[in-house]
This record gives sequence, C-alpha cells and structure tokens, in this order.
Amino acid sequence: MEFQLLNVIWFILVTVLLAVYAILDGFDLGVGILHLFVKGEENKRILMNSIGPVWDGNEVWLLAGGGSIFAAFPLVYATAFSSFYLAVYLLLLALFFRAISFEFRGKVESPGWRKFWDYSFGIGSLLPAVLLGVAYGNILRGLPLDANKIFTGSFFDLLNPYAVLIGILALVMCLMQGAIYLTHKTEGELKEKYEKLATKFWVAFIALWFVVTVLSLFISKFLFDGITKSPFFWVLFLLFLFSIAMIPVTLKAKNNKRAFLFSSLSIFAMIGLSAVGLFPRLIPSLTDLKNSLTIINASSTQGTLTAMLIIALIGMPFVLGYTIYIYKVFKGKTVLHEDSY
Amino acid sequence: MDAELLSRLQFAVTIAFHFIFPPISIGLGLMLVIVEWLGWKKNDGEYVKLGKFFSKILAITFAVGVASGLVMVLQFGTNWARYSAFVGDIFGAPLAAEAVFAFFLESTFLGLYIFGRNKVSKGVHWFSILMVTIGATISAFWILVANSWQQTPAGFAIQNLITGEIINNPVSGVGYNPAEYRAILTDFWAAVFNPSTLSRFFHTMIAAFMTGAFLMAGSLAYMIRKNRDTQIALKGLKVSLIVAFIFSILQLFPIGHHHAKDVAKYQKEKFAAIQGLYDSEEGAPLVLFGYLTGDIPPEMKAKISIPGVLSWLATGDANAKITGLAEIPPQNRPPMWMPFVSYHNMVALGTLFILLSLWGVIQTKRNKLLESKKFLRVLFWTIPLPVIACQFGWVAAEVGRQPWIVYNLLRTSDSFSNTVPVGQVWFTFILFSVLYVIMTIVYIYLMMKELKHGITPYNETAPAEPEGKEGKA
Repeated sequence: MEFQLLNVIWFILVTVLLAVYAILDGFDLGVGILHLFVKGEENKRILMNSIGPVWDGNEVWLLAGGGSIFAAFPLVYATAFSSFYLAVYLLLLALFFRAISFEFRGKVESPGWRKFWDYSFGIGSLLPAVLLGVAYGNILRGLPLDANKIFTGSFFDLLNPYAVLIGILALVMCLMQGAIYLTHKTEGELKEKYEKLATKFWVAFIALWFVVTVLSLFISKFLFDGITKSPFFWVLFLLFLFSIAMIPVTLKAKNNKRAFLFSSLSIFAMIGLSAVGLFPRLIPSLTDLKNSLTIINASSTQGTLTAMLIIALIGMPFVLGYTIYIYKVFKGKTVLHEDSY
Repeated sequence: MDAELLSRLQFAVTIAFHFIFPPISIGLGLMLVIVEWLGWKKNDGEYVKLGKFFSKILAITFAVGVASGLVMVLQFGTNWARYSAFVGDIFGAPLAAEAVFAFFLESTFLGLYIFGRNKVSKGVHWFSILMVTIGATISAFWILVANSWQQTPAGFAIQNLITGEIINNPVSGVGYNPAEYRAILTDFWAAVFNPSTLSRFFHTMIAAFMTGAFLMAGSLAYMIRKNRDTQIALKGLKVSLIVAFIFSILQLFPIGHHHAKDVAKYQKEKFAAIQGLYDSEEGAPLVLFGYLTGDIPPEMKAKISIPGVLSWLATGDANAKITGLAEIPPQNRPPMWMPFVSYHNMVALGTLFILLSLWGVIQTKRNKLLESKKFLRVLFWTIPLPVIACQFGWVAAEVGRQPWIVYNLLRTSDSFSNTVPVGQVWFTFILFSVLYVIMTIVYIYLMMKELKHGITPYNETAPAEPEGKEGKA
C-alpha cells in the first residue's frame, strides 16, 4: 500500500512541477513570442527586461520537472526522450539561443547583431512552446510502445494532426499568459495594445481547448474512462471553468494582476485535468494499453521515492519563499535602467 | 561510425563545452563574494566598481553554462536511454536534488544580484551573490555525487527485472545487461558519500576557485598594461593573486594528492593508465615526463622518472606493488594514451599555477606589480589555462573509467540508446559541435570586448546615481 501511495504522490508532484513550469515559462515564452512583433528598440527592451530577473528561475522548473521524472520514473525519462530524439534537440537548440540572447543582445552596438538576437529570442521562445505542446499531445494520444515498452515509431509519427493541434493550443496558451503578464508590466500604448490582444488570445484559447477536448473524446477515449468518479476531476473542472470565465471580467475591470492569477489558475487546472485522465499511466501505449508505462511499472524503488520526497519537502519551501521574495522585489512596471539588458 | 561511438563523441563535446563555464562561474562567484564584501564593509566604491564589472562577465558565463547544462542533462535520456533506465533509481535523485537545492537558488539570486543593485540594501545585495555562489557549490556537489557514483558505486544492489530477485553482492567486472537488470538504491548516504565523492568534490571546487582567481587576475593585468583604471585594477589584482596562490597550493597538497591516492585505492586500472604503468611493479617510479606510443604494449620514450616515488605517494610505502594494465583482463582495460597525456598535462599546469601565483604574491609584497609588464602579460595569457587544466583532468577521469559507464557494473557499449537511428545522432552531433565552436568564439569575443571596454565607462562624466525608485511600490 505504502509503495503505491508514494507512487501516487510522485505522480501528483511531477504534475504540479510541470504545471507551475507551464504557468511561469508560459508567460515568459509568451513575452518572447510577442517580442517578435513589437516595433522599436525601447519597446523591445521593455519586453525583454519585463522577464529579465525571473526567466532563468522559471526555466529551472522544467529542469526540476525533468529531474523528478528521471528520479521517480526513470523508464519514462529514458523512453520519452529517446523517442522524441530530434524534437528534444530542436527544443534544446531553441532554449540555448533563447538563454544567451538575453546576455548577448545588448553587448554589441550593431543593428544586424541585435536583429539576430531578437530573432533568437523570439523563435527560441516560439519553438519550445509548440514543441512541448506537441510532445504532450503525443503523450495524451499514446506512443507506439511494444511489449518491451520500447518505442517503435519514427520522428514523423510524432507530427500527427492531433498532437500538432495541442502544440498550437500550447502556443496560444503562452500568448494569452504572456499578453496578460505584459498588461501588468507595461504602461500607456503598449499596455492598451496587450489588453486588446489578451482578450483575442483568450477567445482563441477557449475555442482551441474545446476542439481539442472534443477530439480527445474520439482519439484518446481512455483519458475519460471513469473520470467523472474522481473528485479531482470535478474540483479541477470547476476551477477551470471559473477561472477561464473570470479572465475577461478582470481584464475589463482593469484588474490585470487578478487576470494574471486567473490565467495561471486556468493553465494549472487544464494540465491537472489531463493528468487526471492519464492517471495511473505516464505514457500510454498506442498499440495496446497494457504496454503502457505506468506509475507502478516505470517507477523507482520505494527507498528512492522516499528519499526524493524528503529532498522535496526540505527544499521546496525555501524555493517558494525566495521566489516570492524576488517577484516582490521586481514588482511594478518595467523601467529601463543601467543594469537592464 | 556506430551509434555508440557517436553518442560518446556527442556527449564528450557537450561536456567539454559545458565544462568551460561552471568553473568560471563558481570561481568568479567566490571572487565577487570577496570583492563585494570589501566594497560593502570598507564602503569603498572602487571595489564596488570591480564587482559591477565582473558581474557582467559572470552573467554572460552563467547564461552559456545554463544553456549547455540543459543539453547535458537531457542527453542522459536521449542518447543514453539504457543507462538512464539502469541507474535511474540512483542517478536521478542527485540530479533532482541539484535542481531543488541549487539551480533555483543560483538562478533566482543571480537575477537579484544583477538587477537588484539599486533595489535592495547593500547587505541583501551581498547576500544575493553569496547565495549564487553557494548555489553553484551545491550544484557542483550533486553533479559530482552522480559522477562519483559512476566511478566508485556504493549503497546499491542489483535487481533482476524479470524475476525481481535482488542481488546484494553484485559480480564485479563482468557487466550487467540493462535489459534484464537495474541498480537499486539501498543506502542513500552510502551512495551520496561513495568512496570518491568528497575528494573529487574538493578537487573540482578548488580547480574552479583557481579558474576564477586567475581569470580575474589576468583580466586586471590586461587593464593595467593598457593603463586603464590602473588604481582599481591593482586592488583587485592583489586580492586575486592571493586567492590564486592559496588554492594552487591546496590543490597540490592535500587535495590533489589525496584524490590520486583514492584513485590508486579504488580504481587501479585508471591509476595504471594515468601513470603510464603497463607492467605491474614493486617500487614503481613516478614518471615526470615521457612520450607514450600508441602501440600495445605501449612504449615509454624520453622517460624521466624517480624510482619508488609512485608507490610511496600512492600507498606510503616505497616498495609497494602497483598494478599495471597488463594484469587487467583485456576487455576491462582503459585506453592508456589519453589518460596518461591528459593527467600529466594537468599536473604540469598545476605546477605552473603555483609558480605564477607565488611570483605574483612576492611582487605584491615588494610593491612591484605595476612595473613587471612581462609578468602582467603572462598573467593575461594564463586566463584560459585553468579551464584547459580542468578539461585535462576530466578527460583523465572519464577515459580512465572506460570501458565502463558505471565502474565494473555497466559497460558503455551496453548503455547508449539503441532505438535512435544513427543518422539522427550524426545530425545532432554535427549541428551541436558547430554550435559549440561558434559559441566559444563568440564568448571569447564578448569577453575581450568587455575587457577592452574597461571598468569605468568612457562617457562617465558625472556620477549618475539612480534614485532607486522604479515602478510603483
């Protein structure tokens, strides 16, 4: 019993880590993509600096999520990353250029140099949003795993329409989250522009979410097996409906901080719902559900799960504490000064 | 080329590139902790300017380190899937601990350090660079725990995946098949503090401190030679030379010596390879210099050695027997040439660092630093050498562990991802190798640009002190 409880706890923790990653990097990837379309050196710098002090910490949530999967469910780590081989490298390439664009962009006074790093930043933000979405879409659809739990598909199987649609959903999610974040961090014309955009992205997000959910009913039926019996489903579902409805209300009332909170909650609820559907599977098998990687057959031993839980319980309160502190120090509108990028 | 060799090469170029940056970040972090402390406590604006200048270098270095570190971690899953499955129960925990205890700390406080100079009090600002450096140190600890476990595994048992049977005394030196077995954790602390963790950790940390100190010394020496900010640069140069000297000495004794002794004790194959010992010998000599041919058995030419010293250093007894590679079964022998050459070059560089920093400290005492232009030039060209020494040390340690990915348990040849098509590995290998070469060049270019720019900006006419009131509180 205890063994299973730990596995369930780790399933929940991994979900929470990835959901927090989606919320945090959601806005800074979104800002990066919007950066592609903003004109003028000053505006570009404001966008980049609005996430300047925090983007690096946000990205660590992905590392923490990945590290936790490696430690708690090593078979998932091994199977997922070797199956998504080229996609993972494309993601790494994008994140690589994005990370250094912050530091490199302002270091040389040349329009060509700046333009190059602007594109690195923008495309380096767009690709991860889409790729992570496509990868997650493939997980929800199931991977072709054989009886030995070994991936038998090819790179192009991963680009199926269902997964690509979820990739676009992830992109729109980041855009909505990023635009709402910017309504809070910018002033004047820029602020008005992102208020309008945020509402548009919100409409697109709901429409896409609806299409994806309906499609899932046919493509990934197993996600819905007995889901209405789970109390987690009802809590998250109601949270999702409530927070998604509150986004335009709060935007209209110019309460941008609250709009950001509801946007974050809707992302959390959406990812939580998909996790409730997946449970107890981590990577469903497309060929035969019996070949799926689950929280039992892909997991580490009880000893490791316990050790990891202790590590998380000691470490995470500190992480949350100083992360909140940093956001407080850098709260308010983004203003350029001598230490800015 | 097959997928195994390609995956190894790709891993090697990724780590080689990545391992340029963390030693610089860690070492520079320590130097900034010292310099910013002096600026804060002595209320000395010149140290603050030094801090500001090197914080820019730290920020660039850190960014490239983070970007390349992500590639490193995900490679375990992409290219070494069978390894990840075999060791996940043990290896994943330190990586996750690294993220929880170190990465969050480093990256969050780096944001505060770089952008918060005018937003928080001086004490909090100093605390932020301290946290960055402590975070970097914790990070180094956990990644070295993972690496040390590969070198000297402890605190584990082997589990048969089919029968579920647990083998508490695994067979050493045969190699388990990761399709049938996996390693499981039995004792967390024994795995964390396995026999080589602590000596490897101290050895690597001190190497990083030396790297940072020499980088600061070399940069400031460059500025003094160009007559830029001489007064400020001299202050920083003195501090960095003292730090460089202290750590260069500690690196030789006791740290380096102790680490080598551990290798002799726990990994006799690697010890034979790095010392160039093919036939076992009683009273083995310490080879100071030699040219090793690639033949089997290899031949040592132009050898300069001191009889008995190797046995004495390794065991404390000048007549003790040291195992040579000939005594190891051929399928378990590491290559000799690469570990031998890298190890000896590392030691030679280490000796050079002691002499250089000693001379620097003497010149400081005699108040002659500004006059010895030649020495300042040498210091500038020394900047990359500690990084190169780190690379040599890493090559000696990792090639010396072959043919094992986990010493005596799992063979490298059983560990790479065999489901990934070779063409895809070729593609990513070439793509990322090109990327790394270009990025190394761009990084050096940006560093030189910062150095030429100097500590005080050219256009600093009036001190434009910011009001520190940004945004609505």
